[in-house]
Amino acid sequence: MIDKKDVEYAAGLAQLKLDEEEKEKYTEQIGEILNYVDKLSELDTDDVVPTAYTVPMKNVLREDQVKESLLREKSLANAPDEKDGHFRAPKIMSD
Amino acid sequence: MNIYDLTIHELKEKIAAGELTPAEIKKAYADRINEVEDRVKSYVTVTDELAEQDLAEYENKKEALLAGIPIAVKDNMSTDGIKTSCGSKMLENYNPPYNATVVEKLNAAGAVIMGKTNMDEFAMGSSTENSAFFDTHNPWNLNHAPGGSSGGSAAAVAAGECAAALGSDTGGSIRQPASYCGVVGLKPTYGMVSRYGLVAFASSLDQIGPITKDVEDSAILMNVIAGHDPKDSTSIAGQKEDYTKYLKEDVSGMKIGIPEEYFNLEFDEEVKASVLAAVEKLKEAGAEVETVHMTDASYALAAYYVIAPAEASSNLARYDGVRYGLRSEQAADVSEMFTNTRHEGFGDEVKRRIMIGTYALSSGYYDAYYLKAQKVRTLIKDDFDRIFNDFDLIITPTAPSTAIELGSKSDPLEMYHTDIFTVPINIAGVPAMSVPCGFDSSEMPIGLQLIGPHFGEGKIIQAAYTLEKLLNINEKRAEL
Repeated sequence: MIDKKDVEYAAGLAQLKLDEEEKEKYTEQIGEILNYVDKLSELDTDDVVPTAYTVPMKNVLREDQVKESLLREKSLANAPDEKDGHFRAPKIMSD
Repeated sequence: MNIYDLTIHELKEKIAAGELTPAEIKKAYADRINEVEDRVKSYVTVTDELAEQDLAEYENKKEALLAGIPIAVKDNMSTDGIKTSCGSKMLENYNPPYNATVVEKLNAAGAVIMGKTNMDEFAMGSSTENSAFFDTHNPWNLNHAPGGSSGGSAAAVAAGECAAALGSDTGGSIRQPASYCGVVGLKPTYGMVSRYGLVAFASSLDQIGPITKDVEDSAILMNVIAGHDPKDSTSIAGQKEDYTKYLKEDVSGMKIGIPEEYFNLEFDEEVKASVLAAVEKLKEAGAEVETVHMTDASYALAAYYVIAPAEASSNLARYDGVRYGLRSEQAADVSEMFTNTRHEGFGDEVKRRIMIGTYALSSGYYDAYYLKAQKVRTLIKDDFDRIFNDFDLIITPTAPSTAIELGSKSDPLEMYHTDIFTVPINIAGVPAMSVPCGFDSSEMPIGLQLIGPHFGEGKIIQAAYTLEKLLNINEKRAEL
């Protein structure tokens, strides 16, 4: 059964910040959902090959050709912050 | 009948006969939006300027399939320079730098794009109540939900705020709202319609499809949007066909399976009676109907709630406040910027699913959850394949009830169960359509689901078209 620590762990991996109230709530709700999901174990899948995509497809390849692409200005138009034609983010290393 | 009640094919006939001009049609729909939108709230953005531009193009495109026809697009399909919010605060101010392939196809077909429709945030939900902005109301009863996640598209069609719309369907998000709103919704075979420019939720399940006033319109819209796209490597080459050739009133000899395990689930008796009565009509018209046995749908629902959140947790990792979308103002360093951005930008259900998915993919749990679900997916797909060896179609209800009341379901798991009949179809990747089959005692529409084998859209359209003629309820409209 999932506990608060698991929820904190998953939230950390997913870069989500939760307050105490959310941690309690999600622990209970996600617990119930995973409890429902556990019914999968009732099915014998020992010799079953997993399916990722349901239509038959192999690796899709194409020629490596130069084609038109988005203009830099257009690509940057939605950036919360940009400088000199680049996306700008807050500092990554501490001083 | 009012202009806004007409179907695509009726509008096309009237344009061809010189009875209506595209400008008159556009005005009728724009007026209808002004008249009912404050009650229905289908649209996140009404794109009147774009509609006028599309209209101005009419003379150059008048031979095209949708020339002058007002169409709405779900707000998770990218529109160049026009807000594509995905129902989320994260993308509230996002203007994509390009068009989704389906939008390009609508443009090429001469469609007049009326607006972007409301939806559950990132398409996660079954009532459109997870929209970060507002609730959409069911045109048949404004206290009820339109279904979801394509609730805005289904409500817009039912309310006459567009002639037809595009939705997307990951676990029922086209079919369930179509059922709730008394319109026709088709989820094509996985890979039939390009997903390029569709904001990704669960990539192995997502599929775009038409929401229309009748079956003929569904075939017309499929002719516009289906087909291989080099920009989507999961789209299928060489399967596109003319879907309008299946608009035939003929089900004689068609073999239809009725899965006992689906009808034995606990659900609304009026829905069950209505669906079975419609099946009886098909039988009288010459279809061969037999009971079949399939894996309990609850296993597909369980697999779905591992696979969809797992893929979502990966797809939604891109919302980090760097390249586009929201960025939190409160951040001392990049790590804090990530967590604060995602805290402020994502709603409750999205966070819940990201955490389920992250947990299911995390070290130590991958085999028990994700791999197990992918194996169960094989069993479910094989189960459908087995039935389709002997049968042309399977019929089930689309949803276990008619439209739920707004605010009536707060428990996530309870809400998930409203998708019990639709989720297995996405898991198997097969096509399915919801078509109206009657009304309950509160005059709310009931939907019947026709499921076909991979690339079996044609047979679905033919049976649905026949059923529509037999039932003769397709001209009934919600009164607003």
